[in-house]
Amino acid sequence: MADFAGPTDTGVVPPKRLSNAYQNWYRFSRNPTAVIGAVIVIMCVLAAILAPYITPYPSNVGAVVNFRARHLPPSAAHWFGTDDVGRDILTRVIFGYRVSLLLVVVVLGTAVPIGAILGMTAGYFGGWVEIVIMRITDITLAIPPLVMALAVAAVLSPGLVNAMLAVAILWWTWHARLVYSVTRQLRTQEFIEAAETLGASKLHIIFREILPNCVSAIAVKTSLDAGFVILIGASLSFLGLGIQPPTPDLGTMVASGASFLPDDWWESVLPGCAILFVALGFNLLGDGLRDLFDVQDVR
Amino acid sequence: MEFLLFLIRRVLWSILVLVGLSIVIFLIARVVPGDPARMALGPTATQQQVADLQHKLGLDRPLVEQYAYFVASLAHGDLGLSLLSERPVADDIRDSFAATFELVLTTIIIALAFGVPLGVVAARWKDKWPDNLVRLIAILSAVTPTFFLALLLQILAGYVLHILPTTGRLSPDSNFVPNITGLAVIDSLLHGRPNVTLDALAHLLLPAIALAAATMGQMARITRASMLDVASQDYIEASRAFGIPDWLRVIKYTLRPSFVPPLTIMGLEFASLIGNAFVVELIFSWPGMAAYGIRTILQKDLNAVMGVVMVSGVFFVVVNLVIDVLVGFVDPRIRIRGAR
Repeated sequence: MADFAGPTDTGVVPPKRLSNAYQNWYRFSRNPTAVIGAVIVIMCVLAAILAPYITPYPSNVGAVVNFRARHLPPSAAHWFGTDDVGRDILTRVIFGYRVSLLLVVVVLGTAVPIGAILGMTAGYFGGWVEIVIMRITDITLAIPPLVMALAVAAVLSPGLVNAMLAVAILWWTWHARLVYSVTRQLRTQEFIEAAETLGASKLHIIFREILPNCVSAIAVKTSLDAGFVILIGASLSFLGLGIQPPTPDLGTMVASGASFLPDDWWESVLPGCAILFVALGFNLLGDGLRDLFDVQDVR
Repeated sequence: MEFLLFLIRRVLWSILVLVGLSIVIFLIARVVPGDPARMALGPTATQQQVADLQHKLGLDRPLVEQYAYFVASLAHGDLGLSLLSERPVADDIRDSFAATFELVLTTIIIALAFGVPLGVVAARWKDKWPDNLVRLIAILSAVTPTFFLALLLQILAGYVLHILPTTGRLSPDSNFVPNITGLAVIDSLLHGRPNVTLDALAHLLLPAIALAAATMGQMARITRASMLDVASQDYIEASRAFGIPDWLRVIKYTLRPSFVPPLTIMGLEFASLIGNAFVVELIFSWPGMAAYGIRTILQKDLNAVMGVVMVSGVFFVVVNLVIDVLVGFVDPRIRIRGAR
């Protein structure tokens, strides 16, 4: 995993070494999957942030009704057509990305740090700490996230916050397992032993020695996960247990458009493709990062 | 002997997971909502009605006692009474579980039957066009929302092709009740009614394909990676030097050890598969646990919902146990190392 690009033994004076960041950028830019993935992700994020300024009909976000424009097929005025109350679907898709990406940020923003810290702790300390943490991880893993989200929706009430909560309290397990296995491999390496001999504190070893070596694996996993979190969020709202109307949401749009299939196909198919598009972006990016960092065991 | 020890450790571990699961579910069902009885009866119920239901369900006793009672009944296969219908939850779930089980089993078979060969092909022709095609299929199937694929298949078959049925488990006129194993395909064969078997298979096909796609993509990816991993080992190089034919090397010496990661991953994937099964069942009107689960969630029937979550969790644990035992058979190194 470490990069040993030192002086060569060929006797030739090596060219001036490129900076690490530039090297990484060069390798990244030569990887078509990663670049396509990154472009898709950046496009979706920018569109979501700038939604009020770039969408053709920003007022269609709310419970607007325009009966004269109902069920219009895709055209120059409405690229993605209009829905059953005459709202522009492209506008609502772009605003729908806001919800999807917010879900990603909140879920992974809580799950990744928790998982990483637990994984490093279990992997570094071993013993009963390891047993307790990893057993709790395995138990949590036995609960299907979507089913858990349904249960939480039942106990509390359906809505975006509860959906995020439900997904976040299960999602850390995957990161804990990943970081745990990386830490286990690192624990016996010389630089950790050296730091221990020099009297570094455990906190220092975990956060300054182990964490930097886990970052690439975490980055790959996080990127791949973002796609799956979007899919789960969309499934929840498809079932009517995610964000509540009239706030635009991709899963809700597919569900409400489904009753007009197959004649008014655009109402459900195009939002569905929009989910696929952003999930594809995160997956390609994750795949590309995996090749770039050369981390094998991350799915 | 060594295999027996491995088996015992693995079973004990599964039981431990189930105990943990029961605690989690108990906490969600009893502690998070505050007052389950009030929730079930709604704001219009009188204080007396709420107290009666609390007493009837044992909600007025200390939490530890409630948990002990909960576990004791779980051990008897009793999931409590539905807060609304006051019928045993276990009975309701038992009726619908067989349908879910049949769907999920078919899905696993499809995912393995197509995913593993695709991975083998991709690894054999690495970086050639078959590999690129398989990788494209794998990534597309992983990122397509299951509910979206299910809808598309339903339109394709129902409105365009008119070949396959798009809702339900059996044709309404078949008058068949799967009453032996609960699996329509097998029971119809046992009853000697091949027509019904074909009907059941036709109904199964679309939902199972919709549900299998994501897992199949993962299987293809993992099999490819694991084949390439094994293929770089010295003994494969040696077998090539000995002149062992190509197909024999791929099938016998590379595929068998490569089979372990896809199996293990299948176990972990199983959690998302159950979740997606809920969506697929709803779209295809499959009479499984999902319809029951969703209905009870909307009615805030906590006992029923927790029953569904518990059964899903048990299903996951049992499948992983079976897979681990299978893996122990395929790869002797694992049973020596013991259960993790």
